Amino acid sequence: MSTRDRTAATDATVPTAPTAHTSQRGVAGEEDSQLGRDRNRVVRARSRALLGDLLGARRKALAGAAVLVVVSTAGQVAGPALIAAGIDRALPALRDGDAAPLVVVGVLYVLAALAAGIAIGAYVRAAARIAQAVLLDLRRRVFRQTQRLSLEFHESYTSGRIISRQTSDLDALRELLDGGLTGVVSSVLFMTFTAVGLFLLDPTSGLVLAVAVVPAALLTRWFQKRSQVFYRASRVASARLIVHFVETMTGVRAVQAFRRESADAHTYAGLTEDYRAANARTFGLNGRYDPGLVVIGNVTVVVALAVGGWRVLDGAMDVGVLAAVLLYTKRFFGPIQQLGMFYNSFQSASAALEKISGLLEEEPTVAEPHDPAPLPDARGALHLDHVRFGYGTGRTVLPDLDLQIPAGQTVAMVGTTGAGKSTVAKLVARFYDVSAGAVRLDGTDVRDLASRDLRRAVVMVTQEAYLFSGTVRENIALGRPGATQAEIEAAARAVGAHEFVLRMPDGYDTDVNKRGGRVSAGQRQLLSFARAFLADPAVLVLDEATSSLDLPGERLVQEGLRTLLADRTAIIIAHRLSTVAIADRVLVMADGRIVEDGTPDELVATEDGRFAELHAAWQASMA
Amino acid sequence: MSALARLYPFARPALPRLVAGMVAALCASLAALAIPRVLERVVNGPLAAGAAEHDTGALAGAVALVAGLGLLEAMFIAVRRGFVMLPGTHVEARMRDALYRHLLELPVAFHDRWAGGQLLSRSMSDLGLLRRWLVFGLPTLVVSTTTILVGVSILIVTGGVLGLVYLAGAIPVTVIAFRFSRRFRAISRLSQDQSGDLATTVEESVHGIRVLKAFGRGRDALDAFTDQADRLRRTEMAKASTQSTVTSALTAIPELTLGVALVVGVVQAANGQISVGALVAFFATAAVVNTPVVDLGMTLSMTLNARTAVDRYFEVLDTPNTLTDPAAPTHLDSPRGDVELRDVTFRYDDAPDAVLDHVDLTLPAGTTTALVGLTGSGKSTLAMLVPRLYDVTDGSVLLDDVDVRDLARHELRTHVAVAFEDSTLFSASVRDNVLLGAPEGLDPPAREALLAEALDVAQAAFVHDLPHGVDTTIGEEGLSLSGGQRQRLALARAIAARPRVLVLDDPLSALDVATEEAVEKRLRQVLAGTTSLVVAHRPSTVALADRVAVLQDGRITAVGTHHDLLTHDPHYRHVISNLEADAAAHGLGEHDDEPAPAPGRTEHA
Repeated sequence: MSTRDRTAATDATVPTAPTAHTSQRGVAGEEDSQLGRDRNRVVRARSRALLGDLLGARRKALAGAAVLVVVSTAGQVAGPALIAAGIDRALPALRDGDAAPLVVVGVLYVLAALAAGIAIGAYVRAAARIAQAVLLDLRRRVFRQTQRLSLEFHESYTSGRIISRQTSDLDALRELLDGGLTGVVSSVLFMTFTAVGLFLLDPTSGLVLAVAVVPAALLTRWFQKRSQVFYRASRVASARLIVHFVETMTGVRAVQAFRRESADAHTYAGLTEDYRAANARTFGLNGRYDPGLVVIGNVTVVVALAVGGWRVLDGAMDVGVLAAVLLYTKRFFGPIQQLGMFYNSFQSASAALEKISGLLEEEPTVAEPHDPAPLPDARGALHLDHVRFGYGTGRTVLPDLDLQIPAGQTVAMVGTTGAGKSTVAKLVARFYDVSAGAVRLDGTDVRDLASRDLRRAVVMVTQEAYLFSGTVRENIALGRPGATQAEIEAAARAVGAHEFVLRMPDGYDTDVNKRGGRVSAGQRQLLSFARAFLADPAVLVLDEATSSLDLPGERLVQEGLRTLLADRTAIIIAHRLSTVAIADRVLVMADGRIVEDGTPDELVATEDGRFAELHAAWQASMA
Repeated sequence: MSALARLYPFARPALPRLVAGMVAALCASLAALAIPRVLERVVNGPLAAGAAEHDTGALAGAVALVAGLGLLEAMFIAVRRGFVMLPGTHVEARMRDALYRHLLELPVAFHDRWAGGQLLSRSMSDLGLLRRWLVFGLPTLVVSTTTILVGVSILIVTGGVLGLVYLAGAIPVTVIAFRFSRRFRAISRLSQDQSGDLATTVEESVHGIRVLKAFGRGRDALDAFTDQADRLRRTEMAKASTQSTVTSALTAIPELTLGVALVVGVVQAANGQISVGALVAFFATAAVVNTPVVDLGMTLSMTLNARTAVDRYFEVLDTPNTLTDPAAPTHLDSPRGDVELRDVTFRYDDAPDAVLDHVDLTLPAGTTTALVGLTGSGKSTLAMLVPRLYDVTDGSVLLDDVDVRDLARHELRTHVAVAFEDSTLFSASVRDNVLLGAPEGLDPPAREALLAEALDVAQAAFVHDLPHGVDTTIGEEGLSLSGGQRQRLALARAIAARPRVLVLDDPLSALDVATEEAVEKRLRQVLAGTTSLVVAHRPSTVALADRVAVLQDGRITAVGTHHDLLTHDPHYRHVISNLEADAAAHGLGEHDDEPAPAPGRTEHA
């Protein structure tokens, strides 16, 4: 996985995995397959609740589909009965010269066949409509949740795992809905009808069938217990495979440049083998479950034959009835393999839903306020009110920071790596929440602002400028969806990106390709700057946003910034003195504290000041 | 099917087992088919005689026979599973590994073009479909087809006219199945492609989460994603609609056929042309045949989906690698490290204009050259040509007068190491990340020494403060590091590779001035004796170099020392002349109206 698109928590402080993950909720323990009893129950219940929730919203559609399947099944089950009627009634009648019963049977058969065909077709469509609606619903839920969760979560969960939830786990559910769910309704109904038919036809044979259900239930219980563990393992193995795949393909340049192809392929082959073995285990289990059901079915037919045969020999039963009994019994077990397959995909989907429901259960550490304070027009006054902050359980980065930035002021932050500059930027943009104290915008705690309002007011541009696939225009328009072409061009022009965009094959309609492959790092930064210009926020936070620009580019940006920042608040973090030149105020940070604060000129003039020292060093390096 | 024939190389080791599995499947279905025959015999024989003869022996025999056949069926199903399942998973794993290895071999240009989600969906979803088809679909297809063929034959042979009636029903079924296949294939392809695109969107929405959050665009991203997912849903509905039609037909037609057969059969029986037992047996057999016909719709669509998956898979696997090792690679024992770009032209495959246009540049062994030019002038592209991550369109890149295309890539990349501008780190320990390209065959102490030195040069002492020091897992699955920290590790990695030629693409951009100075001091010692190409944006980086090459409009327009060029080259002055220097020279905060460094470009007042 490329880490280029992941900004760091801070310069030198390293956040550890979020503490929330040590709890039993959410994605904690996601990689375990063997769960304790209690945990197992919780996880299963969570997974079933999600499935129930997804299907519950479509209760009516499900009922409609069930009706269709009842009609279709009735049509199909009528077959043997009509055959029995044909042989036992219509045949003797015909021999006696009465063709009427045969005509009736024939017409009924045709009607039953048509009803069965039409209803099953309508059912396939209805079932697909339900399945697809459920999948769309779940996809949206997962996507929304992914966007809702805080960066803290994303920093440890990895993109590969989210992709795995959205692809391979959803595929498992899809399989259940596609084949399984449609199959199970018709199978169960078919079997019920057949059983009822058999009971009506011959209660004794019906009892034989009833007894056969006992071993089938026991076998299924055994399968359920074992397969649950195996399917969990298979989900975990699949996610690992995806995580590795995504990471390597994102960083394929480095893999090739450092000749890691064969070593990496070897690692991957190990993961492939894990996944294969996991699949093989579930298959193996299934390979015992399925024939087991067949044995039960066939033995039942044998018993029905023996019991019925004896009664025929004793003259207690008609041959025609026995023929029908045997047909029914055989038909009853016809869908049992399908039912087994359904149960199999149900187990697989349950394991997948366990993972998905865990993800959905996660609560963002940076939460949306219940009752947001209004922020109609932000002026941009910032106050970091005795802020304390540390990443996760790591050491405190900002022990007690108190900082007022009046609306409209441009502040440059300098200081060594790890001083906490980026942390301040992230707190202002509310990528993280403070541990103590508060960050206030125009006097309102940012935690009380709706993210929509906050994001409109505060925009942060980082060093890692990520481009989405799509056109240059779409990428800039991300700053303000619905912006006109003129506005987009104006933003590009303001940061000096217009010229190079025009030089691209299709100008603003040029596809930036995968991860902006064809756009240089500097150009990416310019485009991401253009986004910020277009967004037009009250507070602009720039975290090393110009590091890859060439100097003429940087000059243009500085120039653009001078205009842009004239009437808004800005926090600029830069390692370069040049950026400091446009600031009204410079803050020098060290160890999470502000050690110098003043106008650039004042600080340069401060004797023995850190900034003065830095400045001297710069001057020397330029000489 | 030709697409499935391509599976042969992957399936070959598994073939005997697969074939055995099919045979077992056939035996299972034969056993299933035989059961109604036995039932017929027993109904016609002892049972028709009924109470009069009371032939319990014959009945017991029949019961035993049916029991035996029933157990045989189950046993053969178990055997089939045993034979087919393992090979099925092996075929999948082999194909997955083959695809992965191919993807690692394919040049960077390929990866620029292909979205991640499309590759992932081929590796996971498509091969998953194939596995399930191999394990469930293929046996079902074989069994269904055989059951239908054998069953229909039995019906014709034993049923006479009734058999012909049944056969007549098979004609529309075949036609409908055929037409369905054609329609379904097109939709199935569309659906699988759309799934891949959806995966790409998911991947980007996570990789770009910071941008989406920073601009508060989560809602818009969700809307766009919903549109895309809804398109996929509509495709799936179109697929279901096709399937619905065929399922209707495949259910109704065989049943209708049976209805007709019933009427005909009863008439025949009434006329004494057929026995009651034969009539019962006919319907028993027909019931066995009807089930696979009804399921044929499902089996067919599974097969068609698998075929699409195979098509999509081979589309990537068949992509020829345009950047390969020579048939007879030249070997450089201990290269001096002379690098020359001779008349190099480079154009991206799908771009109209060349990025590099007849570039000539020599990097004498042991010297450090800074490459300077405006953003987007092709500096990084040029740098990537040296380790041959891209191939030149025209001209050649030479290492010690040997065309890099005449060297094995593995050897070339042993001699040449790169630090990319966007420092890619992997989910692994600091140690593994830094020693990624370290020379092979070093003993542990030597590796440790190498690690220590590289970290020291790159001023990456911060790693010792990590929870587990150099054994801390970093990258996506581990700790996140800052841009500057990652850049230093990427630099350390390039240094630890101990190359003859070092390519550094803007390696210090994210470092603060103090760290940059410290890195440079140490780097200069390391670079002594190593041929280096340093892409530079700033004078401070240029300071590393013995000389500077200026890249402008795809050409090298000047080569010289920093000071020479500053004096004589207006473009260089424009590119590199330092705002910082200006600011430093003229005092901070006094944005006076000094003349612009290059005429007509900037007034920074």
